[in-house]
Amino acid sequence: MEPLRPSDFHDSEPERQIEQPRLGLSGWGRFFWRQLTNMRTALVLLLLLALAAIPGSLVPQRSSNPNGVIQFKREDPDLFAVLDSFQLFDTFSSVWFSSIYLLLFISLIGCILPRTNHHLKALRQPPPATPRNLQRLENFHSETLSGDPAVLRERAARVLKSSGYRTLEQPDGAAGERGYLRETANLVFHFALVGILLALGLGTGFKYQGQRVIVEGQSFTNQLTSYDSFNPGRFFSETGLAPYSLTLNRFTPTYQFDLASGRANPLDFAADVTVTEAAGSVTESIRVNSPLSVGGTSVYLLGNGFAPWVTVTSPSGDVVFSQPVAFLPQDSNLTSLGIVKIPDGLAQQIGLVGFFYPSAVVLESGAFTSVYPEPEQPLLTFNVFSGDLGLNEGVPRNAYSLDTEELTQRTGATTGVDSLVMNLGETAELPGGLGSVEFTALPRFVSVDIHRDPTQLPVGISSVLIMAGLVVSLFVTRRRAWIRIVPGKAKESVVEFAVLARGDDPGLEQALKKLVADFSQGAESKLKSS
Amino acid sequence: MTDFAALSLVGVYSAMLVYTASFLFFTFDLAKRSAAAPVPSLVSVGSGASAPEDERPVPRAGGTGYQRIAVTLLVLGFVFHLLATLGRGIAAGRVPWANMFEFGLTASALIVAVFLGSLFWRDLGYLGAFVSGFVLLALGVVTVNFYVDVVPLPPALQSGWLVIHVFVASLATAFFALGAGLSIFQLVRARFEARGMAKAKLMKTLPDSGALESLAYRLNVIGFALWSFTLIAGAIWAERAWGRYWGWDTKEVWTFIIWVLFAGYIHARATRGWRGSRSAILAIVGFGAVLFNYTVVNIAFTGLHSYSGL
Repeated sequence: MEPLRPSDFHDSEPERQIEQPRLGLSGWGRFFWRQLTNMRTALVLLLLLALAAIPGSLVPQRSSNPNGVIQFKREDPDLFAVLDSFQLFDTFSSVWFSSIYLLLFISLIGCILPRTNHHLKALRQPPPATPRNLQRLENFHSETLSGDPAVLRERAARVLKSSGYRTLEQPDGAAGERGYLRETANLVFHFALVGILLALGLGTGFKYQGQRVIVEGQSFTNQLTSYDSFNPGRFFSETGLAPYSLTLNRFTPTYQFDLASGRANPLDFAADVTVTEAAGSVTESIRVNSPLSVGGTSVYLLGNGFAPWVTVTSPSGDVVFSQPVAFLPQDSNLTSLGIVKIPDGLAQQIGLVGFFYPSAVVLESGAFTSVYPEPEQPLLTFNVFSGDLGLNEGVPRNAYSLDTEELTQRTGATTGVDSLVMNLGETAELPGGLGSVEFTALPRFVSVDIHRDPTQLPVGISSVLIMAGLVVSLFVTRRRAWIRIVPGKAKESVVEFAVLARGDDPGLEQALKKLVADFSQGAESKLKSS
Repeated sequence: MTDFAALSLVGVYSAMLVYTASFLFFTFDLAKRSAAAPVPSLVSVGSGASAPEDERPVPRAGGTGYQRIAVTLLVLGFVFHLLATLGRGIAAGRVPWANMFEFGLTASALIVAVFLGSLFWRDLGYLGAFVSGFVLLALGVVTVNFYVDVVPLPPALQSGWLVIHVFVASLATAFFALGAGLSIFQLVRARFEARGMAKAKLMKTLPDSGALESLAYRLNVIGFALWSFTLIAGAIWAERAWGRYWGWDTKEVWTFIIWVLFAGYIHARATRGWRGSRSAILAIVGFGAVLFNYTVVNIAFTGLHSYSGL
């Protein structure tokens, strides 16, 4: 039985133009359904899908490159507004992209459900009986062999069966068909694609992903308030967070200095952490390419840098600020930018905009730069701003930026006062006798991403099925074969062999030769072959 | 260690020299084919895909004498090419496909390898000029424009998946390249077949467009299976390295586009009205997207796959 195919499958009979009766509502419904599930529609939708994905690579996407989107908006707000109205910054969740793939999947399901039903029936049916005139087939061979026709008939069935054909014994020989697996695998492939879509549709809501900066010696507890940023799925609930904590004991980067280019090439980043769960504590190492699995989540090492410990003391000797401050790396030699905000304890609110150079050298212009990402010559500089930091209004502020517009600059630039410059362990005086700043210590920090993604397993399983289905369906061939025994005079019989391709079959001739060889091998004696 | 990198470059230049000679002989072969008087039994004016087997000119032994010289030179060039690739790997102390230069070096070697391998399977000698010319151009571009010194692997690339994911991607590229070459010949021959084969002396020495199409299909289908594998392997690696298996990074977008294009190609081959030239065009567009993905996406687009080293 032939696998069921859409009406415009290349091998099928073209539809005849018939006088159509007036279509009722259900008639139109059937018409559209047929259109949607035919090959041409699927093909056009596939090509449209490829086309529709292109903008996702040309324009920065909110999902993969949010900073690029912000930059785009800043540089060309007018174009941004136009493109944004077409959802071009969210290509892969846009209405147009979604409608293409949803239609494609509806078309796919509409195609494979009837095919599955049909295939299940075909699997229960015997192969087609031997045609009357085998010699008319293109791949035909006959041999004259001696032997009892009944024995030869039995042999015919055995040979077909051992070559993997589903075999039907016939009064005059045997008929076989093979390659049912091709259709099975093809259906598995397409169902697995649907499986991916379902897994994404159902599982995405239960995903969560959060980021957190952890300084050496500090701990992170897996609860909502501990995250620096957090993106929950629609069905996320806080009780779903697995209870555990991570302590960063030590972060160890390894670099190799390349003399030729003068660049430091990173060789390894390793974060040694202590993981504490209800059951107890263990020490683990998180590396790039080697995330930590804990409590159903994965913890990835995504970034690292220095967190200079800054201590600010008031003129009266009270410590008003003393903690490590994560400085964000700006280049590959870890020249880093950091912000310190002191709203209380000094005569004025103070904001510090700092640069940290792990291996500082002075350029001809007088500016500093870092020439190596390791702390060979650590140097911390601050420009001091005073005024209202805006922290009293209850508006959330980004800890990594300082809006200096409303503030008064007290050092650097045109103020005539030198910026604060400190080596490790040194102290610098704030201008105007406001107090002093000490570069106390130099711990490192890592930024980790913590994910829980329940879609991983079903998508993984679907991918395996996709790969298996694809390989089997593309490389298994469907083929029919017949062996007929025509008893002749005395103990001679003419044995006719024929094979027929069902679809693309490069190995057809070879298959016929093998069938003949298998049959003749061990047969009593070969008399004549033609 | 740098000695090997320098030797590797010498190997690349030697390979290019020999490939040039090979390319010349392949073109001589094509020229001779088109000059040759048509064999009387080969007249198949306007015959379509259904030309009977015995009418097909199948120069099994490998075209003209020029072609045999060209293939020999191609093998010699490939030896240099292979040594250059190995030398690069030894110099770097890892697999030679961790940046654009190395990827180009390996992928182009694989194109030649797959082509030479396919000669055992079918006589595809007429593709030689395309293959040697393409690989010569590719080597020229990667050594002049994409060359970088050997540097150690950044942590993100330190993974067994580098070996698998990138190698399979380059192997898929090799199959797509040959498939595209066959599809181009198929388009040209189909055009002659439609207009009459009287003047198409060169094309007459080739299999008919239907046979070319099914050859191209077999290569492209292998390419597609490899590409699917590289996509899935890449997703698994991305999960380890970047914390998500799919994030529509620009390279992921283009890998997806290529996958969908070739899925479309396979469907086109099974759709009435789309077999033949239309599906051939899809295969060529698909290979164009592969090249675009390797060049423009690597250089001009920002994304996480920023390993060109440029």
